[in-house]
Amino acid sequence: MEKKELVKLWPALVALTIGAAYVTALLAAERQQMIITLLVLGIAAAVGAAWFGIWDAVSRSFSEHETSMGIFTLAATIAVAAYFHDNHFVLLLVITVLLYSVATLGLNVQFGYAGVLNFAGASFFGIGAYTSAVLNSQPGFPHLLVLLIGGFFAALAGSILLLPVLRTRGHYAAVVTIAFALLFKTFLEVNDVLGGPQGMQVKGMNILGWSFNDNIEIGGVSLSFYMNYFVLSLMLLACAFVLVRRLERSWIGLNLDALRLDETAASCFGIDIVRWKITAFLIGNFLIGIAGALFGMVGGFVAPNNYTFADSLILVSILLLGGIGNSWGLMVATIIVVVVPEKLQTIQEYRFLLYAAMVIAVLLFRPEGLLPRPVRQYFPGWRP
Amino acid sequence: MDAGLFAQYVMNGLMLGMMYALVAVGFTLFFGVLDVIKFSHGDVLTVGAFTALATYAGMRALGINSDWLELVVMLVLATLAMAILGMAIARYFVMPLRSAPALNTLLITLMLGTVLRESVRLFYPQGANPKPFPALLPRTSFDLGDFNLRVDNVLMLVSGILIIVGIQYLLNRTKLGLAIRAVAQDEETARTMGVNFTAIVLVTFAIGSGLAAFAGVMNGLYYNEINFGIGLYLGVVGFSAAIIGGLGSIYGAILGGFLFAGLQTIGTVLLPFASAYKDVFAFAVVIAIMAWRPTGLIREKISERV
Repeated sequence: MEKKELVKLWPALVALTIGAAYVTALLAAERQQMIITLLVLGIAAAVGAAWFGIWDAVSRSFSEHETSMGIFTLAATIAVAAYFHDNHFVLLLVITVLLYSVATLGLNVQFGYAGVLNFAGASFFGIGAYTSAVLNSQPGFPHLLVLLIGGFFAALAGSILLLPVLRTRGHYAAVVTIAFALLFKTFLEVNDVLGGPQGMQVKGMNILGWSFNDNIEIGGVSLSFYMNYFVLSLMLLACAFVLVRRLERSWIGLNLDALRLDETAASCFGIDIVRWKITAFLIGNFLIGIAGALFGMVGGFVAPNNYTFADSLILVSILLLGGIGNSWGLMVATIIVVVVPEKLQTIQEYRFLLYAAMVIAVLLFRPEGLLPRPVRQYFPGWRP
Repeated sequence: MDAGLFAQYVMNGLMLGMMYALVAVGFTLFFGVLDVIKFSHGDVLTVGAFTALATYAGMRALGINSDWLELVVMLVLATLAMAILGMAIARYFVMPLRSAPALNTLLITLMLGTVLRESVRLFYPQGANPKPFPALLPRTSFDLGDFNLRVDNVLMLVSGILIIVGIQYLLNRTKLGLAIRAVAQDEETARTMGVNFTAIVLVTFAIGSGLAAFAGVMNGLYYNEINFGIGLYLGVVGFSAAIIGGLGSIYGAILGGFLFAGLQTIGTVLLPFASAYKDVFAFAVVIAIMAWRPTGLIREKISERV
């Protein structure tokens, strides 16, 4: 117990505070010059921190005090949202980050742990969103249940792909999911029941008469209606994060790691490859589907063009930038990938191009991602 | 169904099959020499088609009006440019990652495809919209009963066959072909026999990418329209065609291309709601084929090296 105290909490806490302040400044900045200056400063600070070895100290203290840091991160997120409590646009952006994080956590279970490829992430996200579009229009249908059903349908659609995904490997499996992504978008476009290329409206969340789409007044302070969604999204992300981290640290995560690193060796040790691949694929799709269902309600609108193959590749880019398998890293990457093009309007149109180029650069020069996944900690305080 | 309509379907199927086969041969060649799947192959096709279109616009601006001259220059330029692009991709993106996990190669070629596709969409004038492709081949046609035999289709089919025969000849009768086959069979032995591995890989990528450019121009001439997404579609279809035939075998790829086109044509004829769902059907067939025969009709010999 004495040894554990050697790693201080404060470096991680300071880093988190600076990070939250930085994100707040970035979100609040309106003028393009200001935003560019902030971005350049951010990059310089990150590179500088890496140069002086501050990064190592921060990440060590972070992993040592993960539970408390998780709570502090929650608090920081709430603080950022509270600062923008009446700003619709910024809150929508924050919610997008939260829900994309949930989706990439799902993708992380598939890609990062089990090594099951999925290049149709946006399609499963879309399945969730379309589920909420259809079910929310049914009167009297409990909307919280819609989230679960969205996840369930995404997992169900994923299970159609299970047979080809299990029978194929590597490049071949990639083609199956790519074909599904293309199929899904074409299907939505030619299908009249689901609104065709124009898409559909989604009714807002309504729990027991409490409509999420009304602004809130508390003691004279008016809050944006997005605050409702923010709270729900944050709860969802917290649950998903805890689930994924527990999964990673448990024996299931160990099985999945073994499976990813060497299928043959894993099966020699008696790990049921098929079973764990199915588990990882379905859990991943379930998380993506739930995030999609809530995102459909937040946006109030679904259309095939939001769930293209290019969007799936954006999700994969997030994963790769963050460092495959590192749940904390991918949340940082989500902030970068979602927020930067929204704030820097000039690059909005070029975002697919930029992220593809960025991933190529990462693969060529830093294949383990910006924040590589740390070595598994078998015991608290244990260091390899 | 009467004979004329039937012949029409067969002709359409053959044209589609020829395009798929040309793309599939590229996949098979790359897989042969480097054991990688190059997912940017389809987008190289797109860039090739757009290069041809830009060449056409340039020649029109210079006041050249001969259809044949334009076509030849377009084909030569597009093929050469894509051959160089293919070599560059192999040299700077695929080969440096040879020792990395397979996932990285897959991702880098996927993202490279995205870069090419998005570049066409963003930087070609109005690249986001479908572009009309000039009909440069003679537009005469013969009426054989109900069947309308178009001369341009026949010409494209014949030139496609000539190209494939040429590739066959190159691979089986020339020294270069021998070297390519040697590298495909065993890289190390080929090296010890004095084969310049890097050069052979680059040449193979040049050939495959040139074929893609040819297929892209053919696609444009056939539909009289191109858009930035054709490559993604033809890439996925061509890849599945290569898999049906078994990756690594040229004959297999050609067979797979025509088989896939046949399936697609039959699907269009048999399913009443087919016209709108044509592409959905095609992708469903891709997934079904992968589930049924994950490594092709002619099975790949699987042996794990542990």
